[in-house]
Amino acid sequence: MASLAAVIVLSLAGCSTDEPVTGPSGGPPSTGAGTGEQSKFFVSADYEAELAMLGATATGPAGKPWEQVLNPTMVDTASFKKAGPHKICFSNAALNNPWRQVGFKTMQAEVETHRDKIAEFVHVDAEGKDQKQIADINDLLGKDCDALIVSPNTTATLTPAVEAACRTGVPVIVFDRGVDTTCPVTYINPIGGYGFGHVGAEFVAQKMKPGGKVLALRILPGVDVLETRWSAAKLVFDRAKVDVVGVEFTDGDPAKTKKIVDDYLQRYGTIDGIWMDAGAVAVAAVEAFQDAGKPVPPINGEDQLDFLRMWKDQKLTAIAPTYPTYQWRTPIIAALRILDGEQVSNPWKLPQPTITEQNLDEYLDPDMPPLHYAMCGCTGLPGYPQRWK
Amino acid sequence: MSALSFRAARRTVPGVYLALVLTLAIGWLVVVLSGGTLFTQATVVSLLHVAAGLGLVAVGQTLVIIGGSLDLSVAYVVSLSTLVAAEAMNGSDTALLPGVLLALAVSAGIGLLNGLLIARTRIDAFIATLGVGLLLKGYLDSGYDGPAGATSPALVQALGYQRIGPVPMSFLLLAAVAAGAWLTLRRTRFGHHLLAVGGDPEVARLSGVRNDRVLVAAHVLCSLCAGLAGVYLAARLGSGAPRVGTEGIYDLESIAAVVIGGTALAGGRGGVAGTVGGVLLLAGLDAVFNQLQLDAFAKQVVRGVVIIGAVAVYARRVIGKGRS
Amino acid sequence: MQDTLPRRALPVRAGGPLPILAILGVLLVLVAIRQPDFLAPASLMSFLGRSAPIILLAAGQYFVIVSGEFDLSVGSLVTAEVVIAARLIDGDPDRTWPVMALVLVSAAFVGLVNGLITSWLRVPSFITTLGMLLILVGAVYLWSDGSPKGELSEQFRRFGRRAVEDVPVLGRVPYALLIVLLLAVLATVLMRSDFGRILVAVGDNPRAAELSGVRVGRTRTIAFVLSGCAAGVAAILLGGYSGVSFQAGSGLEFSAITAVVLGGVALGGGRGSVAGAMLGALTLELLFALMNFFGVSGTVRPAVQGAIILLAVAVSAARSPSR
Repeated sequence: MASLAAVIVLSLAGCSTDEPVTGPSGGPPSTGAGTGEQSKFFVSADYEAELAMLGATATGPAGKPWEQVLNPTMVDTASFKKAGPHKICFSNAALNNPWRQVGFKTMQAEVETHRDKIAEFVHVDAEGKDQKQIADINDLLGKDCDALIVSPNTTATLTPAVEAACRTGVPVIVFDRGVDTTCPVTYINPIGGYGFGHVGAEFVAQKMKPGGKVLALRILPGVDVLETRWSAAKLVFDRAKVDVVGVEFTDGDPAKTKKIVDDYLQRYGTIDGIWMDAGAVAVAAVEAFQDAGKPVPPINGEDQLDFLRMWKDQKLTAIAPTYPTYQWRTPIIAALRILDGEQVSNPWKLPQPTITEQNLDEYLDPDMPPLHYAMCGCTGLPGYPQRWK
Repeated sequence: MSALSFRAARRTVPGVYLALVLTLAIGWLVVVLSGGTLFTQATVVSLLHVAAGLGLVAVGQTLVIIGGSLDLSVAYVVSLSTLVAAEAMNGSDTALLPGVLLALAVSAGIGLLNGLLIARTRIDAFIATLGVGLLLKGYLDSGYDGPAGATSPALVQALGYQRIGPVPMSFLLLAAVAAGAWLTLRRTRFGHHLLAVGGDPEVARLSGVRNDRVLVAAHVLCSLCAGLAGVYLAARLGSGAPRVGTEGIYDLESIAAVVIGGTALAGGRGGVAGTVGGVLLLAGLDAVFNQLQLDAFAKQVVRGVVIIGAVAVYARRVIGKGRS
Repeated sequence: MQDTLPRRALPVRAGGPLPILAILGVLLVLVAIRQPDFLAPASLMSFLGRSAPIILLAAGQYFVIVSGEFDLSVGSLVTAEVVIAARLIDGDPDRTWPVMALVLVSAAFVGLVNGLITSWLRVPSFITTLGMLLILVGAVYLWSDGSPKGELSEQFRRFGRRAVEDVPVLGRVPYALLIVLLLAVLATVLMRSDFGRILVAVGDNPRAAELSGVRVGRTRTIAFVLSGCAAGVAAILLGGYSGVSFQAGSGLEFSAITAVVLGGVALGGGRGSVAGAMLGALTLELLFALMNFFGVSGTVRPAVQGAIILLAVAVSAARSPSR
């Protein structure tokens, strides 16, 4: 309220600023460990912590991983307690890929289960543009939101805007990508990119013939969540003395993927393992081997159903680390708990299950479309399955 | 005759402003009917910020398009400029001015390259700037795996967040740059030459204009504007961002804003006042769609229709003028 | 004035198909040194097959460009058609043929709309097709709720993925290659017909063509329809090759225009051959394959691509007499 008054006074004075007053925050990322040249996003401590969490047990209700927490550290939220029903606002980085679509539908369904407590849910899509998301957050701050959920488009560049939001006194909840500040009430995400990259690379390195040739297929350079996946995989491959014959960018384009795999097969005769930083083009990579009449090597995908079905049908040697879309349920749950003054964990680390040959059948849902993400935690939500089709 | 002079008089205020007022009025009505508000201070500030970034790029794009050329490399110039500025400043206020100047110098250098490729090597503008864009993309992709550098806090404060009432400083910067470009086009010899080169290069050459120099200068100015947009974005984002230009689709959006503003893509006709209107129209659509929480994909369809529709209207007017 | 922009600025006097043949030759020599087994019939056939979609798009783009226009909508048209086909077929083989017919007809219709807006409403084609690009991408995302649905049938996919087996000497000959050869012959015949000559005349000097009784608008509209049809066939082949995704056609409009220019066709119209355009596309694809063979790092590839395009176009611009 005081800050609001200050803003009003400043605007009356004819001159004002939306700039956060806090100083530069977030420590500089440490230089890489391991053998290869590492990305500047590689932070050893985070890497070690994520690997440790892969084996940890989560606390919370069984069968509801979106409510579970790994290594909880509870924070007090009594100061945010407020009588309902609430207006919850959400600044979304983008809706431009199936992962975010499945996630957002899951979030909308979660909102529906709390109709009594949530009077209004405002969603603004930044269309993948940092500068639009900064403007969106500023815009939402003028709308009397009771809680603000942010899924940042880029970690570093959204930090000032999130800090500005915190200063207005509204409880801020960040999920998926983080921000370089501790001001949000909680930051929700699954274990993370190092865990994802590590699980896939460990599997591929173990299952392939020793000293064999691995092709790493990546989506885009310069996307933080994908960079962490690759930096963890790189460590695994370096330690296992695997010959990484190529690191190629596919732009998520299946045609480009098939051409790359084709040319690598031509160049090396055989490829003994495929590692991918995201599952979007896993099916295309497998098809490239089939079309060339070569055996499909150990490969990792993600929890998209087209890959899971192909894995089952073709009896692939595969694994699917996940970046579960059920994390889109948690921010709503967290917002309501915060507004009730209940303690929440900060950070709120969600479990990040891996799909293996043993549990593959649990996730094969014949009714869902091929690009659906199996780890959506949405089967019990209103509107299932039609909403996700 | 009176109809003609009326038309000529009306053309001094580009029709895009009529469209802008209509869009905002209809948008306001729809938003209010659906129980929201459109013109809150926060929304206006957001709208003007979005307009400032695109506007700076689009003003530069106007100059090259008037000269009968175009620039598809601006998105990468924007990204590069944010990085040059933020890395040179490295979070210190003392390096503010050198950082800004360095970013602008690098941008101007790219503009010079574009201009020379087009004017001297005679590569088509489309291919030349596409190729230069690819060169820059290669540099950005291999040099950066995410945001880098830190913008000087003073610049973040002054250009990124400072505002006077609902008007951000960045929008005032856009207004100043647009006014400068307007004066250049209307009042300087270079401006007249640029219009002549875009209108009919052969006639311009015969009347003593040095077409090559004019085009190179226009490309340098265009890249400078993109560089300035980069400086603004570095201030807004607090660091350099290697993907900010392409994420903002500044190449195609700036061309769209220019043609919505009434500048002929063939060159020789148009101005920056219309371009600023076009930018405000696109930003206004953003604001309306935000308030209505309509799908971004639907907005894309609307944008496509608006772009084609606006240009069709201009084309109609030109025909009308020609026949009257 | 519906003339396109660059022509007004500075005309590029691009040469014939000789430069592109020279570049193609150099690339083939590099391939032969680095990866000689690539030139064996089997892998060469598969390479030609997978290059078919972009070759077709280049041919389609050629018709539009030689008539003095641009078509920026082809990439998004390919995406739209692949996504539409997958949703309508939804894995049911019986729907393959009707949906394929629909893909071709609707793609031609989009081309017709582009042509009519450009010639009747006098909107420059750069803007028409840029608007169409936004509309198609927006509409197809909207229709499919942001994530492609359904599945292509194996019958649909075979045209882009399968081959005629056991051909003497050649081994496997991809269907896509047969289709592209057939259409290439048709395109060449078309360009040698009266229509082809009129198309080039319209691009070279629309006013003169109009004065000699050519219906410029109608000729250009036909060029857009041809480009739309090419995009429709490319969508069938590309969807077949790689399956359904929103990335199916993204960026292909720029690849196609680059290919056409590499092939010695002048933006602004009036110069160049359809064979050159298709060879340009083949060269571009070979360049990408070569970068895979040489293991050029993924992040510097755009720079290599940009440098080679600039160099090739600069050389061919320098070879031609300037005005």
